[in-house]
Amino acid sequence: MKRALPIFWLLVLFTLPVWLRDPYFLHITIITAIFIIAAMSLNLLLGYTGQLSLGHVAFFGIGAYASALTSLGFDIELPGGLHIVHAPWPAIAGFPVGIVVAGLCGYMIGKLSFKVRGAYFVIVTISFAEVMRLVALNWVDLTQGPLALNNIPPYSIWLPGIGEYEIWSKVVFFYVVAAVGVACYLIIQRLVQSRIGRAMVALKDNESLAISVGIDVTRYLVLAAVMSAAMAGAAGSLYAHYVKIIDPEIFLFIYTVTMVIMVITGGKGTLAGPIVGGVIFGFLPVVVRSYVAPAVQWMIYGALMIVIVFLLPRGIVPAIEQYFLNRKQADRPPDVAVLADLDAPKS
Amino acid sequence: MLELRDLVSGYGKAMVVKGLSIDVGRGQLVSLIGANGAGKTTTLKAISGLIPIKSGKVIFDGQDITNASARKILSLGVAHCPEGRHVFPYMTVTENLEMGCYLRNDRKAIADDMSRIFEQFPRLAERRQQVAGTLSGGEQQMLAIGRALMSRPKLIMFDEPSLGLAPNIVEHTFDIISNIRDQGTTVLMVEQNALAALEMCDHAYLIESGALTLAGSGRELVDNPHVRAAYLAD
Repeated sequence: MKRALPIFWLLVLFTLPVWLRDPYFLHITIITAIFIIAAMSLNLLLGYTGQLSLGHVAFFGIGAYASALTSLGFDIELPGGLHIVHAPWPAIAGFPVGIVVAGLCGYMIGKLSFKVRGAYFVIVTISFAEVMRLVALNWVDLTQGPLALNNIPPYSIWLPGIGEYEIWSKVVFFYVVAAVGVACYLIIQRLVQSRIGRAMVALKDNESLAISVGIDVTRYLVLAAVMSAAMAGAAGSLYAHYVKIIDPEIFLFIYTVTMVIMVITGGKGTLAGPIVGGVIFGFLPVVVRSYVAPAVQWMIYGALMIVIVFLLPRGIVPAIEQYFLNRKQADRPPDVAVLADLDAPKS
Repeated sequence: MLELRDLVSGYGKAMVVKGLSIDVGRGQLVSLIGANGAGKTTTLKAISGLIPIKSGKVIFDGQDITNASARKILSLGVAHCPEGRHVFPYMTVTENLEMGCYLRNDRKAIADDMSRIFEQFPRLAERRQQVAGTLSGGEQQMLAIGRALMSRPKLIMFDEPSLGLAPNIVEHTFDIISNIRDQGTTVLMVEQNALAALEMCDHAYLIESGALTLAGSGRELVDNPHVRAAYLAD
Protein backbone atom coordinates (compact mmCIF):
# COMPACT_ATOMS: atom_id res chain seq x y z
CA MET A 1 0.00 0.00 0.00
CA LYS A 2 2.71 2.44 1.01
CA ARG A 3 4.77 1.61 -2.07
CA ALA A 4 1.79 1.51 -4.41
CA LEU A 5 0.66 5.04 -3.67
CA PRO A 6 3.54 6.93 -5.33
CA ILE A 7 3.26 4.66 -8.37
CA PHE A 8 -0.46 5.38 -8.56
CA TRP A 9 0.10 9.14 -8.49
CA LEU A 10 2.88 8.88 -11.08
CA LEU A 11 0.52 6.94 -13.33
CA VAL A 12 -2.19 9.57 -12.91
CA LEU A 13 0.32 12.31 -13.68
CA PHE A 14 1.76 10.71 -16.78
CA THR A 15 -1.54 9.57 -18.29
CA LEU A 16 -3.15 12.96 -17.69
CA PRO A 17 -2.86 14.13 -21.33
CA VAL A 18 -4.57 10.93 -22.48
CA TRP A 19 -7.85 11.78 -20.84
CA LEU A 20 -7.41 15.56 -20.87
CA ARG A 21 -8.46 15.94 -24.53
CA ASP A 22 -9.39 19.58 -24.27
CA PRO A 23 -6.31 21.66 -25.25
CA TYR A 24 -7.50 24.52 -23.08
CA PHE A 25 -7.52 22.31 -20.00
CA LEU A 26 -4.16 20.92 -20.96
CA HIS A 27 -2.86 24.48 -21.15
CA ILE A 28 -4.24 25.24 -17.67
CA THR A 29 -2.69 22.03 -16.37
CA ILE A 30 0.73 23.01 -17.70
CA ILE A 31 0.56 26.51 -16.21
CA THR A 32 -0.64 25.06 -12.90
CA ALA A 33 2.14 22.49 -12.91
CA ILE A 34 4.74 25.23 -13.49
CA PHE A 35 3.34 27.17 -10.54
CA ILE A 36 3.34 24.03 -8.41
CA ILE A 37 7.08 23.68 -9.05
CA ALA A 38 7.53 27.30 -7.94
CA ALA A 39 5.36 26.64 -4.87
CA MET A 40 7.41 23.53 -4.00
CA SER A 41 10.56 25.62 -4.15
CA LEU A 42 8.99 28.25 -1.88
CA ASN A 43 7.97 25.50 0.52
CA LEU A 44 11.60 24.50 0.96
CA LEU A 45 12.33 27.96 2.33
CA LEU A 46 9.04 28.77 4.06
CA GLY A 47 8.01 25.33 5.24
CA TYR A 48 11.33 23.79 6.18
CA THR A 49 13.47 26.69 7.34
CA GLY A 50 10.65 29.03 8.35
CA GLN A 51 11.94 31.98 6.32
CA LEU A 52 9.08 33.81 4.62
CA SER A 53 10.30 35.09 1.26
CA LEU A 54 7.63 37.39 -0.16
CA GLY A 55 9.75 38.08 -3.21
CA HIS A 56 9.93 34.54 -4.40
CA VAL A 57 8.58 35.48 -7.81
CA ALA A 58 11.87 37.35 -8.34
CA PHE A 59 13.70 34.03 -8.76
CA PHE A 60 10.95 32.76 -11.05
CA GLY A 61 11.20 35.93 -13.17
CA ILE A 62 15.01 35.92 -13.16
CA GLY A 63 14.97 32.32 -14.36
CA ALA A 64 12.50 33.25 -17.09
CA TYR A 65 14.43 36.29 -18.29
CA ALA A 66 17.84 34.59 -18.07
CA SER A 67 16.56 31.62 -20.02
CA ALA A 68 14.78 33.71 -22.65
CA LEU A 69 17.77 36.02 -23.15
CA THR A 70 20.14 33.08 -23.47
CA SER A 71 18.13 31.70 -26.35
CA LEU A 72 17.27 35.07 -27.96
CA GLY A 73 20.67 36.71 -27.60
CA PHE A 74 21.22 40.37 -26.75
CA ASP A 75 23.40 43.34 -27.57
CA ILE A 76 23.94 45.88 -24.81
CA GLU A 77 26.18 48.87 -24.05
CA LEU A 78 27.32 49.11 -20.45
CA PRO A 79 28.57 52.35 -18.92
CA GLY A 80 32.29 52.73 -19.53
CA GLY A 81 32.04 51.77 -23.17
CA LEU A 82 31.70 48.06 -22.46
CA HIS A 83 29.88 46.38 -25.31
CA ILE A 84 28.44 42.93 -24.74
CA VAL A 85 27.02 40.88 -27.57
CA HIS A 86 25.53 37.48 -26.96
CA ALA A 87 24.58 35.40 -29.96
CA PRO A 88 21.46 33.26 -29.58
CA TRP A 89 22.09 29.84 -28.07
CA PRO A 90 19.87 26.77 -28.46
CA ALA A 91 16.73 27.23 -26.36
CA ILE A 92 17.46 24.23 -24.19
CA ALA A 93 20.65 25.94 -22.93
CA GLY A 94 18.41 28.56 -21.36
CA PHE A 95 17.17 26.01 -18.84
CA PRO A 96 20.48 25.46 -16.99
CA VAL A 97 21.39 29.14 -17.37
CA GLY A 98 18.07 30.16 -15.78
CA ILE A 99 18.69 27.75 -12.89
CA VAL A 100 22.24 28.97 -12.30
CA VAL A 101 21.44 32.70 -12.48
CA ALA A 102 18.43 32.31 -10.16
CA GLY A 103 20.55 30.16 -7.83
CA LEU A 104 23.24 32.88 -7.65
CA CYS A 105 20.59 35.44 -6.71
CA GLY A 106 19.35 32.99 -4.09
CA TYR A 107 22.88 32.82 -2.68
CA MET A 108 22.88 36.60 -2.30
CA ILE A 109 19.48 36.65 -0.61
CA GLY A 110 20.48 33.69 1.57
CA LYS A 111 23.60 35.48 2.80
CA LEU A 112 21.45 38.49 3.54
CA SER A 113 18.89 36.45 5.42
CA PHE A 114 21.51 35.73 8.04
CA LYS A 115 21.84 39.43 8.76
CA VAL A 116 18.18 40.38 8.64
CA ARG A 117 15.55 38.10 10.09
CA GLY A 118 11.81 38.03 10.51
CA ALA A 119 9.90 41.06 9.27
CA TYR A 120 13.06 42.65 7.85
CA PHE A 121 13.78 39.62 5.73
CA VAL A 122 10.24 39.76 4.36
CA ILE A 123 10.68 43.42 3.44
CA VAL A 124 14.07 42.80 1.82
CA THR A 125 12.64 40.04 -0.36
CA ILE A 126 9.61 42.13 -1.42
CA SER A 127 11.95 44.97 -2.35
CA PHE A 128 14.21 42.61 -4.24
CA ALA A 129 11.32 41.47 -6.45
CA GLU A 130 10.18 45.04 -7.00
CA VAL A 131 13.70 46.19 -7.95
CA MET A 132 13.88 43.30 -10.42
CA ARG A 133 10.59 44.43 -11.95
CA LEU A 134 11.89 47.98 -12.32
CA VAL A 135 15.11 46.74 -13.90
CA ALA A 136 13.14 44.61 -16.37
CA LEU A 137 10.90 47.59 -17.11
CA ASN A 138 13.64 50.16 -17.61
CA TRP A 139 16.64 48.35 -19.05
CA VAL A 140 15.07 48.45 -22.48
CA ASP A 141 18.27 47.49 -24.35
CA LEU A 142 18.36 44.18 -22.56
CA THR A 143 14.74 43.32 -21.79
CA GLN A 144 12.73 45.37 -24.32
CA GLY A 145 11.05 46.90 -21.25
CA PRO A 146 7.24 46.97 -21.47
CA LEU A 147 7.41 45.82 -25.09
CA ALA A 148 8.20 42.39 -23.69
CA LEU A 149 10.56 39.70 -24.90
CA ASN A 150 8.64 37.82 -27.54
CA ASN A 151 9.20 35.02 -30.02
CA ILE A 152 11.03 33.06 -27.35
CA PRO A 153 11.90 29.80 -29.11
CA PRO A 154 10.53 26.52 -27.76
CA TYR A 155 12.91 23.98 -26.22
CA SER A 156 14.48 21.75 -28.78
CA ILE A 157 16.04 18.41 -28.11
CA TRP A 158 18.12 16.17 -30.29
CA LEU A 159 16.61 12.74 -30.65
CA PRO A 160 18.38 9.80 -32.25
CA GLY A 161 16.67 8.93 -35.52
CA ILE A 162 14.60 12.10 -35.64
CA GLY A 163 17.27 14.77 -35.25
CA GLU A 164 16.45 18.21 -33.92
CA TYR A 165 12.96 18.19 -32.39
CA GLU A 166 11.33 21.45 -31.35
CA ILE A 167 8.73 21.09 -28.63
CA TRP A 168 5.67 22.87 -29.96
CA SER A 169 3.23 20.20 -28.85
CA LYS A 170 1.42 20.87 -25.57
CA VAL A 171 1.31 17.16 -24.76
CA VAL A 172 5.08 16.78 -25.08
CA PHE A 173 5.66 19.98 -23.13
CA PHE A 174 3.40 18.66 -20.40
CA TYR A 175 5.71 15.67 -20.04
CA VAL A 176 8.73 17.97 -19.83
CA VAL A 177 7.09 19.97 -17.03
CA ALA A 178 5.97 16.79 -15.28
CA ALA A 179 9.50 15.37 -15.44
CA VAL A 180 11.00 18.57 -14.00
CA GLY A 181 8.31 18.58 -11.30
CA VAL A 182 8.99 14.99 -10.31
CA ALA A 183 12.73 15.69 -10.25
CA CYS A 184 12.24 18.71 -7.98
CA TYR A 185 9.95 16.69 -5.71
CA LEU A 186 12.53 13.91 -5.39
CA ILE A 187 15.36 16.39 -4.73
CA ILE A 188 13.34 18.11 -2.00
CA GLN A 189 12.37 14.75 -0.53
CA ARG A 190 15.98 13.57 -0.42
CA LEU A 191 17.06 16.87 1.08
CA VAL A 192 14.51 17.13 3.88
CA GLN A 193 14.87 13.49 4.87
CA SER A 194 18.63 13.81 5.16
CA ARG A 195 20.76 15.22 7.97
CA ILE A 196 20.57 18.58 6.24
CA GLY A 197 16.77 18.53 6.35
CA ARG A 198 16.86 17.57 10.00
CA ALA A 199 19.12 20.55 10.65
CA MET A 200 16.72 22.86 8.83
CA VAL A 201 13.75 21.64 10.87
CA ALA A 202 15.81 22.02 14.05
CA LEU A 203 16.57 25.59 13.06
CA LYS A 204 12.91 26.38 12.60
CA ASP A 205 11.92 24.63 15.84
CA ASN A 206 14.45 26.22 18.16
CA GLU A 207 17.24 28.22 16.68
CA SER A 208 19.39 28.86 19.75
CA LEU A 209 19.28 25.20 20.64
CA ALA A 210 20.16 24.26 17.07
CA ILE A 211 23.27 26.43 17.30
CA SER A 212 24.24 24.90 20.62
CA VAL A 213 24.08 21.34 19.23
CA GLY A 214 26.54 22.48 16.58
CA ILE A 215 24.40 23.25 13.54
CA ASP A 216 25.93 25.83 11.23
CA VAL A 217 22.94 28.15 10.75
CA THR A 218 24.31 30.34 7.96
CA ARG A 219 25.34 27.38 5.88
CA TYR A 220 21.95 25.69 5.97
CA LEU A 221 19.95 28.87 5.41
CA VAL A 222 22.11 29.73 2.41
CA LEU A 223 21.85 26.18 1.07
CA ALA A 224 18.05 26.23 1.36
CA ALA A 225 17.86 29.64 -0.31
CA VAL A 226 20.08 28.56 -3.22
CA MET A 227 18.16 25.31 -3.82
CA SER A 228 14.86 27.09 -3.54
CA ALA A 229 15.86 29.89 -5.92
CA ALA A 230 17.33 27.47 -8.44
CA MET A 231 14.09 25.48 -8.59
CA ALA A 232 12.04 28.65 -8.94
CA GLY A 233 14.42 29.59 -11.77
CA ALA A 234 13.77 26.25 -13.45
CA ALA A 235 10.03 26.90 -13.25
CA GLY A 236 10.59 30.37 -14.70
CA SER A 237 12.52 28.93 -17.63
CA LEU A 238 9.72 26.44 -18.34
CA TYR A 239 7.22 29.29 -18.23
CA ALA A 240 9.23 31.49 -20.62
CA HIS A 241 9.63 28.78 -23.24
CA TYR A 242 6.03 27.69 -22.89
CA VAL A 243 4.12 30.98 -23.19
CA LYS A 244 6.98 32.32 -25.39
CA ILE A 245 6.50 35.91 -24.28
CA ILE A 246 7.52 37.50 -20.99
CA ASP A 247 7.24 41.06 -19.77
CA PRO A 248 8.08 42.84 -16.48
CA GLU A 249 4.63 41.97 -15.13
CA ILE A 250 6.08 38.53 -14.39
CA PHE A 251 7.60 40.09 -11.25
CA LEU A 252 4.21 41.19 -9.87
CA PHE A 253 3.57 40.63 -6.18
CA ILE A 254 0.35 38.72 -6.92
CA TYR A 255 2.35 35.75 -8.27
CA THR A 256 4.30 35.47 -5.03
CA VAL A 257 1.02 35.65 -3.14
CA THR A 258 -0.37 32.86 -5.30
CA MET A 259 2.63 30.67 -4.42
CA VAL A 260 2.35 31.48 -0.72
CA ILE A 261 -1.38 30.63 -0.77
CA MET A 262 -0.66 27.30 -2.46
CA VAL A 263 1.95 26.43 0.18
CA ILE A 264 -0.03 27.61 3.23
CA THR A 265 -3.38 26.05 2.30
CA GLY A 266 -1.77 22.80 1.17
CA GLY A 267 0.36 22.58 4.28
CA LYS A 268 3.77 24.16 4.65
CA GLY A 269 6.57 21.88 5.66
CA THR A 270 4.95 18.85 4.00
CA LEU A 271 6.09 17.35 0.73
CA ALA A 272 2.60 17.06 -0.77
CA GLY A 273 1.29 20.36 0.58
CA PRO A 274 2.27 22.67 -2.29
CA ILE A 275 0.95 20.14 -4.81
CA VAL A 276 -2.48 19.87 -3.16
CA GLY A 277 -2.68 23.64 -2.67
CA GLY A 278 -1.42 24.20 -6.20
CA VAL A 279 -4.01 21.92 -7.78
CA ILE A 280 -6.83 23.62 -5.86
CA PHE A 281 -5.81 27.20 -6.52
CA GLY A 282 -4.56 26.51 -10.04
CA PHE A 283 -7.78 24.97 -11.32
CA LEU A 284 -10.27 26.78 -9.14
CA PRO A 285 -10.35 30.02 -11.15
CA VAL A 286 -10.88 28.04 -14.34
CA VAL A 287 -13.67 25.89 -12.95
CA VAL A 288 -15.42 28.83 -11.34
CA ARG A 289 -14.99 31.05 -14.39
CA SER A 290 -17.53 29.12 -16.45
CA TYR A 291 -20.26 29.70 -13.88
CA VAL A 292 -19.89 33.20 -12.46
CA ALA A 293 -18.79 36.72 -13.36
CA PRO A 294 -15.05 37.51 -12.98
CA ALA A 295 -15.65 39.78 -9.98
CA VAL A 296 -17.50 37.07 -8.07
CA GLN A 297 -14.85 34.58 -9.06
CA TRP A 298 -12.14 36.41 -7.09
CA MET A 299 -14.46 36.67 -4.11
CA ILE A 300 -14.96 32.92 -4.11
CA TYR A 301 -11.21 32.48 -4.39
CA GLY A 302 -10.63 34.70 -1.36
CA ALA A 303 -13.45 33.22 0.68
CA LEU A 304 -12.25 29.67 0.09
CA MET A 305 -8.76 30.64 1.18
CA ILE A 306 -10.08 32.15 4.42
CA VAL A 307 -12.22 29.10 5.10
CA ILE A 308 -9.31 26.71 4.58
CA VAL A 309 -6.92 28.70 6.75
CA PHE A 310 -9.61 29.13 9.41
CA LEU A 311 -10.66 25.49 9.56
CA LEU A 312 -7.30 23.88 8.87
CA PRO A 313 -4.67 26.27 10.20
CA ARG A 314 -1.83 23.87 9.51
CA GLY A 315 -3.02 23.19 5.96
CA ILE A 316 -4.89 20.44 4.14
CA VAL A 317 -2.21 17.75 4.07
CA PRO A 318 -1.38 17.78 7.81
CA ALA A 319 -5.12 17.76 8.56
CA ILE A 320 -5.64 14.64 6.44
CA GLU A 321 -2.59 12.94 7.97
CA GLN A 322 -3.91 13.74 11.44
CA TYR A 323 -7.32 12.35 10.53
CA PHE A 324 -5.86 8.98 9.51
CA LEU A 325 -3.55 8.97 12.52
CA ASN A 326 -6.51 9.51 14.84
CA ARG A 327 -8.52 6.74 13.22
CA LYS A 328 -5.59 4.39 13.60
CA GLN A 329 -5.22 5.03 17.30
CA ALA A 330 -8.77 5.98 18.22
CA ASP A 331 -8.44 4.10 21.49
CA ARG A 332 -5.45 6.18 22.57
CA PRO A 333 -5.78 9.80 23.64
CA PRO A 334 -4.60 11.82 20.62
CA ASP A 335 -1.67 14.20 20.77
CA VAL A 336 -3.49 16.70 18.58
CA ALA A 337 -4.66 19.00 21.33
CA VAL A 338 -1.19 19.29 22.79
CA LEU A 339 0.30 19.95 19.39
CA ALA A 340 -2.27 22.66 18.72
CA ASP A 341 -1.20 24.30 21.99
CA LEU A 342 2.38 24.15 20.82
CA ASP A 343 1.42 26.01 17.68
CA ALA A 344 -0.23 28.84 19.52
CA PRO A 345 2.66 30.66 21.24
CA LYS A 346 4.97 30.21 18.27
CA SER A 347 2.84 32.00 15.70
CA MET B 1 40.03 21.56 32.84
CA LEU B 2 38.18 24.83 32.25
CA GLU B 3 39.63 28.20 33.14
CA LEU B 4 38.02 31.60 32.78
CA ARG B 5 40.40 34.54 32.97
CA ASP B 6 38.89 38.03 33.44
CA LEU B 7 35.95 37.14 31.23
CA VAL B 8 33.91 40.12 30.03
CA SER B 9 30.78 39.42 28.02
CA GLY B 10 27.20 40.57 27.52
CA TYR B 11 24.61 41.60 25.00
CA GLY B 12 25.30 44.48 22.61
CA LYS B 13 26.85 47.30 24.62
CA ALA B 14 25.58 46.07 27.99
CA MET B 15 28.21 43.97 29.72
CA VAL B 16 26.73 41.49 32.15
CA VAL B 17 29.84 39.56 33.11
CA LYS B 18 32.54 41.99 34.18
CA GLY B 19 35.87 40.30 34.67
CA LEU B 20 35.12 36.82 35.96
CA SER B 21 37.86 34.28 36.72
CA ILE B 22 36.98 30.75 37.77
CA ASP B 23 38.52 27.30 37.54
CA VAL B 24 36.76 24.00 37.02
CA GLY B 25 38.91 21.01 37.86
CA ARG B 26 38.72 17.72 35.97
CA GLY B 27 36.04 15.38 37.32
CA GLN B 28 34.57 18.02 39.59
CA LEU B 29 31.03 19.23 39.98
CA VAL B 30 31.23 23.00 40.24
CA SER B 31 28.27 25.22 41.08
CA LEU B 32 27.82 28.86 40.17
CA ILE B 33 25.30 30.55 42.40
CA GLY B 34 24.00 34.08 42.49
CA ALA B 35 20.88 36.18 42.18
CA ASN B 36 18.87 36.77 39.00
CA GLY B 37 20.83 38.89 36.56
CA ALA B 38 24.17 38.23 38.23
CA GLY B 39 25.57 36.88 34.97
CA LYS B 40 25.46 33.12 35.50
CA THR B 41 23.61 32.22 32.30
CA THR B 42 25.66 34.75 30.34
CA THR B 43 28.84 33.07 31.57
CA LEU B 44 27.71 29.68 30.28
CA LYS B 45 26.63 31.15 26.94
CA ALA B 46 29.99 32.87 26.55
CA ILE B 47 31.85 29.62 27.28
CA SER B 48 29.86 27.66 24.71
CA GLY B 49 30.27 30.31 22.03
CA LEU B 50 26.66 31.45 21.79
CA ILE B 51 27.52 35.07 22.54
CA PRO B 52 30.72 36.99 21.84
CA ILE B 53 33.39 37.56 24.49
CA LYS B 54 34.56 41.17 24.79
CA SER B 55 37.78 40.47 26.62
CA GLY B 56 39.40 37.84 28.76
CA LYS B 57 40.11 34.22 27.97
CA VAL B 58 38.42 30.84 28.09
CA ILE B 59 40.81 27.92 28.23
CA PHE B 60 39.51 24.38 27.93
CA ASP B 61 41.83 21.38 28.24
CA GLY B 62 44.81 23.65 27.70
CA GLN B 63 43.35 25.08 24.51
CA ASP B 64 42.23 28.68 24.08
CA ILE B 65 38.58 28.57 22.98
CA THR B 66 37.81 32.27 23.40
CA ASN B 67 35.31 33.28 20.74
CA ALA B 68 35.57 29.96 18.90
CA SER B 69 32.40 28.89 17.07
CA ALA B 70 29.72 26.98 18.98
CA ARG B 71 30.38 24.08 16.65
CA LYS B 72 34.10 23.99 17.40
CA ILE B 73 33.59 24.24 21.15
CA LEU B 74 31.05 21.43 21.10
CA SER B 75 33.35 19.24 19.07
CA LEU B 76 36.13 19.80 21.63
CA GLY B 77 33.82 18.31 24.26
CA VAL B 78 31.82 21.09 25.91
CA ALA B 79 28.06 20.39 25.99
CA HIS B 80 25.53 22.99 27.06
CA CYS B 81 22.15 22.09 28.49
CA PRO B 82 20.38 25.46 28.24
CA GLU B 83 17.91 27.05 30.62
CA GLY B 84 14.25 26.12 30.33
CA ARG B 85 14.82 22.50 29.24
CA HIS B 86 14.99 23.24 25.55
CA VAL B 87 14.00 20.40 23.26
CA PHE B 88 12.97 20.36 19.61
CA PRO B 89 9.20 20.18 20.17
CA TYR B 90 8.20 18.70 16.82
CA MET B 91 10.81 15.95 16.76
CA THR B 92 10.46 12.60 18.44
CA VAL B 93 12.51 11.64 21.48
CA THR B 94 14.85 9.56 19.32
CA GLU B 95 15.30 12.37 16.81
CA ASN B 96 16.06 14.82 19.62
CA LEU B 97 18.79 12.51 20.91
CA GLU B 98 20.16 12.17 17.39
CA MET B 99 20.41 15.95 17.19
CA GLY B 100 22.65 15.80 20.26
CA CYS B 101 25.31 13.96 18.27
CA TYR B 102 24.87 15.98 15.12
CA LEU B 103 28.62 16.42 14.78
CA ARG B 104 29.41 12.73 15.21
CA ASN B 105 29.52 10.18 12.43
CA ASP B 106 30.30 6.89 14.15
CA ARG B 107 26.94 5.13 13.79
CA LYS B 108 27.87 2.13 15.91
CA ALA B 109 29.01 4.23 18.87
CA ILE B 110 25.97 6.48 18.52
CA ALA B 111 23.65 3.48 18.73
CA ASP B 112 25.51 2.28 21.84
CA ASP B 113 25.25 5.67 23.50
CA MET B 114 21.58 5.87 22.65
CA SER B 115 20.79 2.53 24.26
CA ARG B 116 22.85 3.53 27.29
CA ILE B 117 20.79 6.70 27.64
CA PHE B 118 17.56 4.74 27.29
CA GLU B 119 18.82 2.45 30.05
CA GLN B 120 19.55 5.41 32.23
CA PHE B 121 16.20 7.10 31.48
CA PRO B 122 13.61 4.34 31.12
CA ARG B 123 10.86 6.95 30.75
CA LEU B 124 12.46 8.15 27.56
CA ALA B 125 12.75 4.60 26.27
CA GLU B 126 9.01 4.14 26.73
CA ARG B 127 8.36 7.27 24.74
CA ARG B 128 11.05 7.08 22.10
CA GLN B 129 8.65 7.63 19.19
CA GLN B 130 6.63 10.33 20.94
CA VAL B 131 6.90 13.96 19.85
CA ALA B 132 9.02 15.84 22.41
CA GLY B 133 6.57 18.73 22.77
CA THR B 134 4.04 16.34 24.31
CA LEU B 135 6.34 15.14 27.11
CA SER B 136 5.92 16.35 30.68
CA GLY B 137 8.32 18.94 32.08
CA GLY B 138 10.40 16.37 33.91
CA GLU B 139 10.62 14.13 30.85
CA GLN B 140 11.70 17.07 28.71
CA GLN B 141 14.46 17.83 31.21
CA MET B 142 15.61 14.18 31.04
CA LEU B 143 15.58 14.47 27.26
CA ALA B 144 17.61 17.68 27.32
CA ILE B 145 20.17 16.03 29.60
CA GLY B 146 20.22 12.89 27.46
CA ARG B 147 20.76 14.97 24.35
CA ALA B 148 23.67 16.83 25.95
CA LEU B 149 25.24 13.48 26.89
CA MET B 150 24.92 12.22 23.32
CA SER B 151 27.78 14.45 22.21
CA ARG B 152 30.07 12.51 24.60
CA PRO B 153 31.17 15.68 26.39
CA LYS B 154 34.17 16.02 28.66
CA LEU B 155 32.46 18.98 30.31
CA ILE B 156 28.73 19.40 30.57
CA MET B 157 27.15 22.68 31.61
CA PHE B 158 23.68 22.81 33.16
CA ASP B 159 21.74 26.03 33.28
CA GLU B 160 19.05 26.02 36.00
CA PRO B 161 18.28 22.30 35.72
CA SER B 162 15.62 22.49 38.46
CA LEU B 163 13.72 25.46 37.01
CA GLY B 164 9.98 24.86 36.85
CA LEU B 165 10.10 21.21 37.83
CA ALA B 166 7.99 19.45 40.47
CA PRO B 167 9.90 18.98 43.79
CA ASN B 168 10.26 15.20 43.51
CA ILE B 169 11.56 15.57 39.95
CA VAL B 170 14.03 18.22 41.09
CA GLU B 171 15.65 15.78 43.46
CA HIS B 172 15.76 13.13 40.74
CA THR B 173 17.39 15.60 38.36
CA PHE B 174 20.09 16.44 40.91
CA ASP B 175 20.74 12.72 41.43
CA ILE B 176 21.26 12.31 37.71
CA ILE B 177 23.68 15.23 37.63
CA SER B 178 25.68 13.81 40.54
CA ASN B 179 25.75 10.51 38.69
CA ILE B 180 27.15 12.14 35.59
CA ARG B 181 29.99 13.52 37.69
CA ASP B 182 30.54 10.14 39.35
CA GLN B 183 30.91 8.58 35.92
CA GLY B 184 33.82 10.92 35.23
CA THR B 185 32.33 13.82 33.30
CA THR B 186 33.13 17.28 34.61
CA VAL B 187 30.03 19.33 35.44
CA LEU B 188 29.54 23.09 35.66
CA MET B 189 26.12 23.96 37.01
CA VAL B 190 24.24 27.21 37.39
CA GLU B 191 21.46 26.94 39.95
CA GLN B 192 19.02 29.19 41.80
CA ASN B 193 18.31 26.52 44.35
CA ALA B 194 21.47 27.50 46.22
CA LEU B 195 21.25 25.04 49.09
CA ALA B 196 20.94 21.99 46.86
CA ALA B 197 23.62 23.28 44.51
CA LEU B 198 26.06 23.88 47.37
CA GLU B 199 25.39 20.57 49.08
CA MET B 200 26.10 18.46 46.01
CA CYS B 201 29.08 20.31 44.55
CA ASP B 202 32.83 19.87 45.00
CA HIS B 203 33.52 23.55 44.57
CA ALA B 204 31.33 26.64 44.34
CA TYR B 205 31.51 30.23 43.22
CA LEU B 206 29.22 33.08 44.21
CA ILE B 207 28.71 35.69 41.50
CA GLU B 208 27.24 39.12 42.20
CA SER B 209 26.76 41.78 39.51
CA GLY B 210 28.94 39.95 37.03
CA ALA B 211 31.96 39.51 39.31
CA LEU B 212 33.20 36.86 41.68
CA THR B 213 32.58 37.59 45.36
CA LEU B 214 33.21 34.25 47.05
CA ALA B 215 34.84 30.93 46.24
CA GLY B 216 35.25 27.77 48.21
CA SER B 217 33.93 24.31 48.85
CA GLY B 218 30.16 23.91 49.03
CA ARG B 219 30.36 23.51 52.82
CA GLU B 220 32.34 26.73 53.22
CA LEU B 221 29.79 28.69 51.25
CA VAL B 222 26.87 27.18 53.13
CA ASP B 223 28.51 28.28 56.38
CA ASN B 224 29.34 31.76 55.16
CA PRO B 225 27.16 34.35 56.92
CA HIS B 226 26.72 36.48 53.78
CA VAL B 227 25.57 33.50 51.74
CA ARG B 228 23.28 32.36 54.55
CA ALA B 229 21.66 35.78 54.78
CA ALA B 230 21.31 36.53 51.11
CA TYR B 231 20.80 33.16 49.41
CA LEU B 232 19.78 30.57 51.95
CA ALA B 233 17.17 32.75 53.64
CA ASP B 234 17.63 31.90 57.27
